[in-house]
Amino acid sequence: MSNPALIANSDSLREAFGKALVPLGDEFPKLVVLDADIAGDTGVHHFRKAHPSRLVQFGIAEQNMMAAAGGLAAVGLLPVVTTFAVFCLRAIEQARLSLCYARRNAKIVASHPGLDVGPDGGSAQALEDLACFRAIPGMTVISPADPVEMAQATRAILEFDGPVYMRTGRSPAPRLFGDDHKFEIGKGQILHDGADLTIIACGAEVARALAAADLLKEDGIAARVVNMPTIKPMDVNLVARCARETGAIVTAEDHNILGGLGGAVAEALAATVPCPVEFVGVKDVFGASGEPEELAYAYEISAPFIAAAARRVLKRKK
Amino acid sequence: MKAQLKPVPGIDLHAQLAAAAAFVRRHTVASIYHAGSGHPGGALSATDLLACLYGAEMNVWPASVHDPLRDRFVLSKGHAAPALYAAGAYYGFCDKKEALSLRKLNSPFQGHPHLLDLPFVETSTGSLGQGISVAIGMAVGLKLQKIPARVYALLGDGELQEGEVWEAAMSGAHHKLDNLCAVIDYNKLQSDNSNDAIMRLEPLADKWRAFGWAVAEIDGHDIAAILEAFRRAGATTERPAVIIAHTVKGKGVPHMENIPSWHGSVKFTRAQAEEAIRALGADEAELKELLDV
Repeated sequence: MSNPALIANSDSLREAFGKALVPLGDEFPKLVVLDADIAGDTGVHHFRKAHPSRLVQFGIAEQNMMAAAGGLAAVGLLPVVTTFAVFCLRAIEQARLSLCYARRNAKIVASHPGLDVGPDGGSAQALEDLACFRAIPGMTVISPADPVEMAQATRAILEFDGPVYMRTGRSPAPRLFGDDHKFEIGKGQILHDGADLTIIACGAEVARALAAADLLKEDGIAARVVNMPTIKPMDVNLVARCARETGAIVTAEDHNILGGLGGAVAEALAATVPCPVEFVGVKDVFGASGEPEELAYAYEISAPFIAAAARRVLKRKK
Repeated sequence: MKAQLKPVPGIDLHAQLAAAAAFVRRHTVASIYHAGSGHPGGALSATDLLACLYGAEMNVWPASVHDPLRDRFVLSKGHAAPALYAAGAYYGFCDKKEALSLRKLNSPFQGHPHLLDLPFVETSTGSLGQGISVAIGMAVGLKLQKIPARVYALLGDGELQEGEVWEAAMSGAHHKLDNLCAVIDYNKLQSDNSNDAIMRLEPLADKWRAFGWAVAEIDGHDIAAILEAFRRAGATTERPAVIIAHTVKGKGVPHMENIPSWHGSVKFTRAQAEEAIRALGADEAELKELLDV
């Protein structure tokens, strides 16, 4: 799905998020956005322009910003913390205590996740965030796949009562969904049906999973592709149904293979319909500089590698 | 045990607050005795400050713990929870006898305060440095909504070694939070040793001044000085205020004062608890009420 025509007309997920916030600012008068000096990079510069008094600046001090979100929620506002995914990790203990343990209605929206960060390199590419935030009790974890879904998810997390961690994305994201798309927290969707196996993907990997299904089709393999934008709570019913109906699963994520989407899917399968699973993701190593598509190939998370994982899982299928 | 009403200003206010602080000390020792563990040193050093906050300074009553206009208190040094519970019990925010269930299974009086357990606890604390940031968020949010309430945060001295405190200090001055007052329980001792031995804090007042805060330095056991410092903090405009309160760790219990090993993980024997509670002014009836539950 690296079709330049598709990408040219499409926003990055961070831009889609920032633009979606502007009208939502009118609709949600209690909404305040917290920034740590990177509004221009997280997309919230759109919100700042439209609602300048409701963009609260915390400077380059993410721990204070994260806990302060708890205080803003405590006095009745609806805070959205915005920074890079790696800096959310820096403030994860603040998110744990002052947001989740205190059960605050506060949202964290993390841009620059995964290898999708690109040239900034390994220090900036958060490959652990889904696993870490998923392990905090009471935290909902979301990673939308395209700009349409991003905009819908932005509204959904504001309507949802409770702490949420949501990934956006740095690079231009191909548009996958029409305006009739319907995002719902906790629900995955079958994007492309097939009977031989199921590829379950989130975020930037959804477009690559669809491309992998095209590659597999050339070999006569019918792969079902599921978009799983909510990592927690996992859509256990859909995962179990895919295991029952196709008998083999591949997970694909721009994240460490440990503890993220793959881990959550495997937990759901272990408890319901155990079946062979192959995990596509970054193999417990750090990233490096490069363009996102180069990195996806170098770290073996691009479409051909998802297709290869599908062939492996089929060999294990009874 | 009956809850006290807030004292009427002018009618022997200082004596009433001193009596409240003495009760808070006795109850703190009793609850830690029953728990078999806890942090008595830093709870006892904060008692006069807590008595003045709940007994005189703050605009909050048991009936107003959900009122959007109430003043907010954040115990950033969450390990002083027993003193917060005792002050809450004295002023009717929770039950005196129930608060003796400190640190027990199914008790809402956890080792560190949790807002989902007790309605008068404004936020959950226990990880040093976070409470002051939550207070910053509250103060920013109240100003954005033009709510004239004030926010108070009580910090430990060792807590000031957390970098987050200084992130918060910068943001408080930047946002001109004159509705915020931080209080430092400066008892000079932390978990393992003195502040000076672990990580020097001085020149402390200069640090806060350099960060743009209005600074007062007082004896944290002098009721009149505490009330005056709060009055001046409330009159400060365009910047937040910090009160550096010089205190004595273990204040009021002769065998504990200024000894670092009474910071945490402390077990009182019955004899030690009785001796301490008697030294803090309990009669036999109250001693029985506090210890024989």
